[in-house]
Amino acid sequence: MIQREVVVVGAGPAGLCASIEARRKGAEVLLIDENSRPGGQLFKQIHKFFGSKDHKAGIRGINIGTQLLKDAQQLNIETWLGCEVCGIFDENELWVVCNRDRSVRVKAERIILATGAMENSVNFPGWTLPGVMGAGAAQTMINLHRVKPGDNILMVGSGNVGVIVSYQLLQAGCNVVGIVEAAPQLGGYGVHTAKVRRAGVPFYTSHTVKKAEGVDHVRSATVVKLDPAWNQIEGSEFTVSVDTICIAAGLTPLAELAFASGCEPVYSPVLGGMVPLHDDHMHTSVSSIYIAGDISGVEEASTAMEEGRLAGLSASHSLGYVDKDKFQKEFSQAVGRLNVLRSGLFGQKRLKAKEEIFTKKKG
Amino acid sequence: MEKRITDHPVLGPLEDVKKVTIFVDGELLEAREGEMIAAALFANGRQYLRKTVKRHEPRGIYCAIGRCTDCVMMVNGVPNVRTCITEVQEGMDIRTQDGLGDWSDGETV
Repeated sequence: MIQREVVVVGAGPAGLCASIEARRKGAEVLLIDENSRPGGQLFKQIHKFFGSKDHKAGIRGINIGTQLLKDAQQLNIETWLGCEVCGIFDENELWVVCNRDRSVRVKAERIILATGAMENSVNFPGWTLPGVMGAGAAQTMINLHRVKPGDNILMVGSGNVGVIVSYQLLQAGCNVVGIVEAAPQLGGYGVHTAKVRRAGVPFYTSHTVKKAEGVDHVRSATVVKLDPAWNQIEGSEFTVSVDTICIAAGLTPLAELAFASGCEPVYSPVLGGMVPLHDDHMHTSVSSIYIAGDISGVEEASTAMEEGRLAGLSASHSLGYVDKDKFQKEFSQAVGRLNVLRSGLFGQKRLKAKEEIFTKKKG
Repeated sequence: MEKRITDHPVLGPLEDVKKVTIFVDGELLEAREGEMIAAALFANGRQYLRKTVKRHEPRGIYCAIGRCTDCVMMVNGVPNVRTCITEVQEGMDIRTQDGLGDWSDGETV
């Protein structure tokens, strides 16, 4: 059996940062990802990030991804791509299927799960038709694969994902016919929302999609107004001709692997649903398992990177690679940076939700 | 209308890469080397990827990152291949999957 000190599952922003941090501290690291290329969802983020200089504000996600890959390469971090972690046995033995034809078992002293999140759906009649997809899926198609999902697109959801992807669809040459938002107010950061509005895209607050129609592909969407109790108002329907409907209705942490490994779950609606219970060191209820990024609660790429560093630092400290003073110093610096990201109108709710989880973990 | 984004205000012009030939339900199509099957199909105007098990309803991509499995197709005789995260290969045989697919052409019985 193969043995490694730290195995990181998922090579997105959190997993890459965790690997880099643990390797820099001296631990032997194996990074595993099921995709043929590392970077997770960073390479479709072509907009500039928020935050301070510490958080690479003003730099496009795609460039941050390139830098992280360079760092990982310079540190000679062992990386297995095309490899799926299918299970974890006895808290530290990973079952990995590589390239869909070879089973490998890896014994790890510490495991950091950075498996990310997946998009939610909104289940109106017709939502399963080809042409109805997650907003992130459309973003992947245009920015990574350079293919338009359609020409006339309706966006459902005005949060950051909804407005950022709408703008990027315009950049890709698509027509965004409108953004539908069930809540009475818009949900995204002002700067992104304003860019889309300036481009002439109409917003429909207190509206939702009643149905999508088409035979083998979506051809139209019927939009309906909602009353203050979110009931559809009969007679307020209007139909738009579209070939694509993008759904930006939030994300759910991908925590199956953690739960199947015995990590205790906790429910946090603010953070996207069920997440593994964890402390501020990103340590779960299973002694060998740490988590980082969206699996620990859906936030942003910048918080995922900080959490990754924190998990890498904590795991290498627990293996004896970092002395107590250095650990304390770097730990409080990382927490400080995270708190900056979790401030403001949107961030405060997430900070509170995180703190509730940390408190619960303490018991 | 052209589906490929040949020029982009942030990403620049689309890089020239080698082309490969794939067969989709018997039809010969051109794909870019290294791209995902679903991307090649979208570029060729095909978004109907499979039919559901019971009602044979059409399905396309939903998440495009390998999680939802809505995009699975028969690839080289093997059913349930996630086309959004599987790269095209020269001469690949890709078929619309009906229900759970058919293993009879595959390597495993």
